Amino acid sequence: MRIGVLALQGAFIEHERRIAELGAAPFEIRERRDLDAPFDGLILPGGESTVQGKLLRELGLFAPLKRKIAGGLPTLGTCAGLILLARAIKDDPTVHFGLLDVTVERNAYGRQLGSFHAEAPLTDGPSVPLTFIRAPRIVSAGPSVEPLVTLDGTPVAVRQGHLFAAAFHPEIDANPSFHRLFLAAVSTRPVGEASSPPPI
Amino acid sequence: MDNRYELNKNLAQMLKGGVIMDVTTPEQARIAEAAGACAVMALERIPADIRAAGGVARMSDPKMIKGIQAAVSIPVMAKCRIGHFAEAQVLEAIEIDYIDESEVLSPADDRLHIDKTRFKVPFVCGAKDLGEALRRISEGAAMIRTKGEPGTGDVVQAVRHMRMMQSEIRRIASLGADELYEAAKDLRVPIDLVRYVHDNRKLPVVNFAAGGVATPADAALMMQLGAEGVFVGSGIFKSGNPAKRAAAIVKAVTNFNDPQVVAEVSEDLGEAMVGINESEIQVLMAERGK
Repeated sequence: MRIGVLALQGAFIEHERRIAELGAAPFEIRERRDLDAPFDGLILPGGESTVQGKLLRELGLFAPLKRKIAGGLPTLGTCAGLILLARAIKDDPTVHFGLLDVTVERNAYGRQLGSFHAEAPLTDGPSVPLTFIRAPRIVSAGPSVEPLVTLDGTPVAVRQGHLFAAAFHPEIDANPSFHRLFLAAVSTRPVGEASSPPPI
Repeated sequence: MDNRYELNKNLAQMLKGGVIMDVTTPEQARIAEAAGACAVMALERIPADIRAAGGVARMSDPKMIKGIQAAVSIPVMAKCRIGHFAEAQVLEAIEIDYIDESEVLSPADDRLHIDKTRFKVPFVCGAKDLGEALRRISEGAAMIRTKGEPGTGDVVQAVRHMRMMQSEIRRIASLGADELYEAAKDLRVPIDLVRYVHDNRKLPVVNFAAGGVATPADAALMMQLGAEGVFVGSGIFKSGNPAKRAAAIVKAVTNFNDPQVVAEVSEDLGEAMVGINESEIQVLMAERGK
């Protein structure tokens, strides 16, 4: 399984390491030509969404990636990646990919002093560590959006079909459950859109 | 504190691959954010002007910093003097995202740095070599940057510091486990930090380049030498076309390994900051605080 990790700015190396530990093959997306070879999944990492959104457009990556994501490419967005995927950003007319039916509020917990750790169950499984760094909050979600992790009544990780997103950073905690869940969805993706042969 | 320290190191991880720009007004902050800065450093005077003005350089007016915090959505950093923990307390009180305990300002303590473990907000500190970096980390710094000579537009010192740090990291990594105690003594740092460097071949925190970066090629150079991101101070707002130069440096940091991209963004940037050679300056700020 080839997993593209958007490597414009932020914590992309952490995702690459995790993906490699779980037996998939990560590669970095920095320019248009990085999209030439087919791949099976996409990760949009944490960082600053303003920076990533600008570079996506200026480096000619925005339209081709949006086509792929809209076309069914399994995609995981964390923190800034959630903001890139969201349909709307509260108090901000900016929309990036706009494919995940949620509205998010940027820096919803305040400045760095508001960053925190927590724990909550992933789906019906055991608790996983959650690290929120100047995190966004999902303030509303459409009916097709399923919560994967809920903290104090607010969904902090969600799934909408082939789209996965988290307000926290599963890539910097030691627990691989979240990436495992994502890779399972990548590997069971129905054939047709598949871009490389299934593993033997 | 451990929990907080982890969160503070994590914020630096989110800044990686990005450019942190010095700004002196809300308007400059907005230009920097629009150009793709991943954070801004709020200060009253950029280093080139601090150097020109002479005298004692202190923490900026909190009101001025708050104006910049209100203007942008990205993290805002600010500088305090080396050892001036009361200035750091003020910056924490206004909920700054990162404090730079900086040699660019006049040192307040000629012997001690701030005990950064007593703060909830993160600190970035400058370092010329591995020993300095690990000493700052043992005091609680959650991020390190080179101590390239600020306000000069001359990248030579940042290069020297980054090369020195990388070469010392390689040397530590090559030592036997029983040799690490002596290395810790030589570096004047705790053994656990030396072990971390030995086992991981890197600093335990994010390491940025700072000081004298003025062009996209300067930024690409520092990234290829192992920097995880870049601070640009006087280089942007002392140049002919700040918005364009800022955006160009951001792209050069992302695609530092593709000379084609660096070439494209280097075209037509207007005048770079004039610059002063290392040998022409009176005050070597990098010699402050070791």
